[in-house]
Amino acid sequence: MANEQINPYLDGWSPLFGRLTWDWIPYHEPILVATFAGVVVAGLIVVALMTKYRLWAPLWNDWVISIDHKKIGIMYMVLAFVMFVRGFADAIMMRAQQAMAAGGAAGYLPPHHFDQVFTAHGVIMIFFVAMAFITGIMNFVMPAQIGARDVAFPFLNNFSFWMTVCGAILVNLSLFVGEFGRVGWLAFPPLSENQFSYGPGVDYYLWSLNLAGIGTTLSGINMVTTILKMRAPGMGMFQMPVFTWTALCANVLIVAAFPVLTATLTMLTLDRYIGTHFFTNDLGGNAMMYINLIWVWGHPEVYILILPMFGVFSEITSTFSGKPLFGYKTMVWATISIMVLSFVVWLHHFFTMGSGANVNTFFGIATMIIAVPTGVKIFNWLFTMYKGNIRFEVPMLWTIGFIITFTIGGMTGVMLAIPPVDFQLHNTLFLIAHFHNVIIGGVVFGTYAAVYFWWPKAFGFKLMDKWGRRSFWLWFTGFYFAFMPLYALGLMGVTRRMNSYMDTGWQIYFIVAAFGAVLIALGIACTFWGMFVSILHRKELACGPDPWNARTLEWAMSSPPAPYNFPETIHVRGLDEFWRMKQEGFKWSGHYHDIHMPKSTTAGVLIAAAATVFGFAMIWYIWWLAIVSFVAILAIAIGNTFNYNRDYYIPAKEVAETEAKGAAV
Amino acid sequence: MSTTQMTQGGAAVAPAHGDDHAHHESPTPLGFWIYLMSDCLIFGTLFATYAVLGYNYAGGPSPKDLFEPGFVAIETALLLLSSVTFGMAMLRAVKSDMKGTILWLVLSGLLAVGFVAMELYEFRHLIHIGAGPTRSGFLSAFFLLVGTHGLHVTVGCIWLITLMIQLGQRGFCEANMRRLNALSVFWHFLDLIWIGVFSFVYLVRLV
Repeated sequence: MANEQINPYLDGWSPLFGRLTWDWIPYHEPILVATFAGVVVAGLIVVALMTKYRLWAPLWNDWVISIDHKKIGIMYMVLAFVMFVRGFADAIMMRAQQAMAAGGAAGYLPPHHFDQVFTAHGVIMIFFVAMAFITGIMNFVMPAQIGARDVAFPFLNNFSFWMTVCGAILVNLSLFVGEFGRVGWLAFPPLSENQFSYGPGVDYYLWSLNLAGIGTTLSGINMVTTILKMRAPGMGMFQMPVFTWTALCANVLIVAAFPVLTATLTMLTLDRYIGTHFFTNDLGGNAMMYINLIWVWGHPEVYILILPMFGVFSEITSTFSGKPLFGYKTMVWATISIMVLSFVVWLHHFFTMGSGANVNTFFGIATMIIAVPTGVKIFNWLFTMYKGNIRFEVPMLWTIGFIITFTIGGMTGVMLAIPPVDFQLHNTLFLIAHFHNVIIGGVVFGTYAAVYFWWPKAFGFKLMDKWGRRSFWLWFTGFYFAFMPLYALGLMGVTRRMNSYMDTGWQIYFIVAAFGAVLIALGIACTFWGMFVSILHRKELACGPDPWNARTLEWAMSSPPAPYNFPETIHVRGLDEFWRMKQEGFKWSGHYHDIHMPKSTTAGVLIAAAATVFGFAMIWYIWWLAIVSFVAILAIAIGNTFNYNRDYYIPAKEVAETEAKGAAV
Repeated sequence: MSTTQMTQGGAAVAPAHGDDHAHHESPTPLGFWIYLMSDCLIFGTLFATYAVLGYNYAGGPSPKDLFEPGFVAIETALLLLSSVTFGMAMLRAVKSDMKGTILWLVLSGLLAVGFVAMELYEFRHLIHIGAGPTRSGFLSAFFLLVGTHGLHVTVGCIWLITLMIQLGQRGFCEANMRRLNALSVFWHFLDLIWIGVFSFVYLVRLV
């Protein structure tokens, strides 16, 4: 390789451990050692409690190998909340550093650490928090909304989840073994090439994202097929609930965009591992090719995140306004328009590339056009509330918070879509404020709304109202304190990703932003505390299967739902079918039949475990282990195809007994 | 299809027959097609990369120095023929003729292995004369696009062997027919991709 002379770590390579040496264990970094100690202590406590209450077997049988879409959905949510804590810890570290490091002060994070923190924050929040949240919500809600018993490919669903976990494990491992990338969340070359980032950090990035990306692509294929093939009899495309529509569009985007990510990251991996010249500075590489390709994935990605949330807000608005959604058809067509348009705007992420006025104008105008269908949606929600009997329950609070916040974020997005303005604001904190404004205001608020809305369905009891409201108000005000100062700083020309700065005039803005982050931290604490006390008081908070007087089919299931979701097949006659069923005095006929169900499987988690080992071995150049684990992946995958015994029947008698018992908390 | 019966309330309805999932045919064919479309986009990305980087020789060899039209034509013929033989296998499978099916499948597999062997020979030759993937942006893009296709054909061969064993074990059961159909679509899909590779990677650049 060309860079052998500048790469000190190639000398330390050994056949057994690759390039993994003691030097890569950060025992000299007090922050990391303390974190590690905390993780170990917490881990030991969990292990001890699990052993004491004999929970290992239920964990394995009822969750790990489960192909039940509801349980997989809940596991996605747990993964996302855990990673959310990690990603938020990164955020608050950055806010603290920038509040301190003014006028030449160094702050407490050295640059190489700060750079890892902002890279990890972005990667974790997008790939393992936001993606996991939307996938979890879609998994739990969508099959039930279309009256199905499970997704089209239940085994694949379990496998997809564990591949996501595989990526998450690798990212977290980089904290204690080696380092993470110092290249920003999209790892632009040539900085991310071996020549400038020769450690394992970027390799952690590449392998964790590519392995998790396989899971995401398969999950997308699975959900699209589910929506097209598994709908209850009678449910045409335009009788699908809006959330299902948005899930369909988001998953079409996943299927269309994630292969581009896979191919692009593979090319960067090849550049780093075998010395090809896709994105290098020399020998015919083209770094701008990477930037183009990564945003061909990256822009649809933000719509993958927000579209399902538009669906969540639609369901919540109509439920708590006690009215059918205003303009169902326009909502669907707006979603489809956004889906299509999201593929023709990627260049607005780098107007400054220099592609010329004509190209920039096209992408600028295409970007502004997206504001039209989004505006349609905002008005639909407003008109749904107009003259409705609005109940200000917690999910509705988040929805109204979203409408206000997202509209502001959308308007700053239109500002950024104007190329000359973007030349001023490119790479500044204005951009940071903009995308946090839409992602927090849209995806995070949407997740909170969805969690409070569907929690009673998942567990049979409501979350405590008091803590939900506290959490909302702290988050809502915290958001404005944390990000409005960044807009101002961005207009002053402050660039993103700064470890320290000279101008002391900026410091007060950073301090206000840090204060906002503390408010958000309290909001998060209220959420978790609220969940904790709600679980303690679950008997008092217990509720029926339809606590919000909702309109779509998932509320016809018992709470928590039985494995088969619905004891009988539902024949759908129109929109808001469950509402109509209730008007007509809904109850199950009581004539049950055997129900055909898929069986649990261990293959998914085993392949993902082998893939995690494979990723780790590749990151550290441990070639023998890479070969062994790769052969293991193939062997398990092929072996699994010899299993033809994949389903079973729940006898009608058992269905009747379950239904007679009703929901149990 | 099941008929419905109304209950007292009139809303909840149940199928009259036991098998309540019968109205859903297998989602596998559609799911597999969607997978192929996502795979197609991986190739699309690689084609785009070849289009952008394909002229960056960095002072190294260009297509005219490297590609042998005759060699590639034979390679192409092997792959296209294997698609024809796979089609024959499917015709036999529909007739539940196990011997004929296996025969045609073996032939398809051998043609595909011949294709992969020729490709590996070409790669080895190129690397040998100093035109490996690290030589220039053009060659990086060439090796990745052609190599990814070759990897797919290899996976197809592994799948073919697995499926032949399973056909031997369980015959033409519903699950095996579904798998055979999926592999058939996969096989023809790779042919289609190769026609793109042959045209845009080799042919156009030799004119």
